[in-house]
Amino acid sequence: MTSMPIDTTQARALYTKLVLIREVEELIAHAYAEQQMRCPTHLCVGQEAVPAAVGTALRPDDYIFGTYRGHGIYLAKGGSLRAMLAELYGKAAGVTRGKSGSMQLIAPEVGFLCASALVGGTIPIAVGGGLAAKMRGEDRVSVAVFGDAATEEGVFHEAMNFASLKKLPVVFVCENNFFAVYTHISARQCADNIYQRAAAYDMHGVRVDGNDIVAVYEAMREAVAVARNGGGPTLIEARTYRWREHCGPNWDNDLGYRSAEEAKNWMQQEPVKRFERFVTEARLLSADELRTIRERIVEEAAEALTFAKNSPFPDACELLTGVYAP
Amino acid sequence: MSRLLTYAQALNEAVSLTMEVDPAVFIIGEGVDDPKGIFGSTSGLKEKFGDRASDMPLSENGMTGVIIGAALAGMRPVMTHQRIDFTLLALDQIVNHAAKRCYTSGGRQGVPITIRCIIGRGWGQGSQHSQSLHSFFAHIPGLKVVMPTTPYDAKGLLIASIEDNNPVVFIEHRWLYNINGQVPEGLYRVPIGEAKMVREGSDLTIAAVSYMTLEALRAADMLAEAGVSVEVVDVRTLRPLDDKPIINSARKTGRLLVADTGWKAAGFSAEIVARVVEELHGLLKCAPRRIALPDCPTPTTPALANNYYPRSVDLVAAVCDMLGMKPDRPFAQATTAVPLDLPDKLFTGPF
Repeated sequence: MTSMPIDTTQARALYTKLVLIREVEELIAHAYAEQQMRCPTHLCVGQEAVPAAVGTALRPDDYIFGTYRGHGIYLAKGGSLRAMLAELYGKAAGVTRGKSGSMQLIAPEVGFLCASALVGGTIPIAVGGGLAAKMRGEDRVSVAVFGDAATEEGVFHEAMNFASLKKLPVVFVCENNFFAVYTHISARQCADNIYQRAAAYDMHGVRVDGNDIVAVYEAMREAVAVARNGGGPTLIEARTYRWREHCGPNWDNDLGYRSAEEAKNWMQQEPVKRFERFVTEARLLSADELRTIRERIVEEAAEALTFAKNSPFPDACELLTGVYAP
Repeated sequence: MSRLLTYAQALNEAVSLTMEVDPAVFIIGEGVDDPKGIFGSTSGLKEKFGDRASDMPLSENGMTGVIIGAALAGMRPVMTHQRIDFTLLALDQIVNHAAKRCYTSGGRQGVPITIRCIIGRGWGQGSQHSQSLHSFFAHIPGLKVVMPTTPYDAKGLLIASIEDNNPVVFIEHRWLYNINGQVPEGLYRVPIGEAKMVREGSDLTIAAVSYMTLEALRAADMLAEAGVSVEVVDVRTLRPLDDKPIINSARKTGRLLVADTGWKAAGFSAEIVARVVEELHGLLKCAPRRIALPDCPTPTTPALANNYYPRSVDLVAAVCDMLGMKPDRPFAQATTAVPLDLPDKLFTGPF
């Protein structure tokens, strides 16, 4: 008998986050056509395994910093679904009262401290979270989640160097979906070796199948344990694939920047069905349990969408509020 | 108890005192714990506070991100740059991230960071070591921009900046580092966002930024000998700008001259003139004037730098012109004691 990498509790937690992200993203894709979510929205359909695994591997008091494709991280870390959808509709009940929309979600109450519309922008900011934890002698971990193009930015290298220099409790998670908008990584990077760049900064780097939630979870748990115990940072490269267009709800393979064949291959490695197969074959969760979890999430998401649509807009006088902290 | 301290000592004391009372405060920057200690302004902090006073990799943008993250996680970091020119490498983090965080969080987050940076000048600092970039930062909502002139203000404003819950760009002028002034012991604050009238007068108002306040005071002394009474307002904080004392002074004197350490074109001096004219158009006795840097990068050779930096005599000439006076004796003689590329008589190069 081979040892099981996860138990039933972990399987349930992973599946719940995985399906939550999938169902919410699909719901947004559907509702976006109504033209009432008036902000740039980057969906992570197809990539859900990475944020779901990362969020499950963290404690509520751990820090996480994300990107403009951030719904997954936000939900996986435990951010309020109602507040997120209200934010997309620009409503006062939104995460930031409609001030920043989809691209800069936060949930400080559960450690999601910021996201950015600037590629790579939050990587060093996440390292700062790790520095604060270390200076205060806490055992918190700080996680930077970013895409493959962010590794082309100077701050990626600056942040890795400093995190390793000071042995900070940081995990760098690269969601490599191979595209910067329409430009393939092979046109942007000299080699397909993101995880190996860790070695240059004297830290551990690992590549995982980002559509295999168990693989991401195991890599993440190990990196978090090392960071929490003073072993310094790890770089995880999780290879995955964005299904829909870079920004917006539509499909765009017809534009010709990637082949239908390639997309089809990735969709056959689809993370949700793959995990469903795994947990049922391993008898961790039954098909009935999976259905129950999904139905509850679908119901919850529909309720949150109604809440968001029916919420009031912020008052016009809020234009000038919140520029400075008191 | 008040003592005579230099500007550099006043800055050092401000950081040291805030670090003593608040364990969340730390200071980081290239050269913070090196033998020169940022021209003395960080000397001794490493010995006193250990790792809370530390050097950093030459990664200005990344390290600015690091202090933003530390601030979001509850710390109160101070970063220091030996030249303000280096902050240009960190503009993404300062402008796109730190300045926006409070607003884009719906007011839920603050970024309590202080970025100290020094405007260089003299001894051939040249185009990349002596820019006066305050106008640029003052353009950005979400930042506060502070430029103290005296040792008293340097200490009080730095303490206020570190205690502020917003990103503060704290701009020091290298030529102020050796000036002396009375500085009280202990913690005190000079509020951010308050201009200060530093000399009362009735004929003309000079609104001055940073080091130019000293040149304005010298000009006022010279003009007083000629019977001209000049009021000088030290702007002190550029954002949020406290324009009331400047407008009130210009309303009283009817004349405004702005003295800035930066470039004239699209510069901060234009903002002050605009605010005064918007309030007082028709009440002014003559058109406002600006004394600021000419429209070129800083040259290295003293032969050219002599015509680059305005000094008190240029202010005097402008004032005389605005008052329709012909000076009855050459004021220029008053400033020949120190060469234009040296801050004071005690200074020897290199910087």
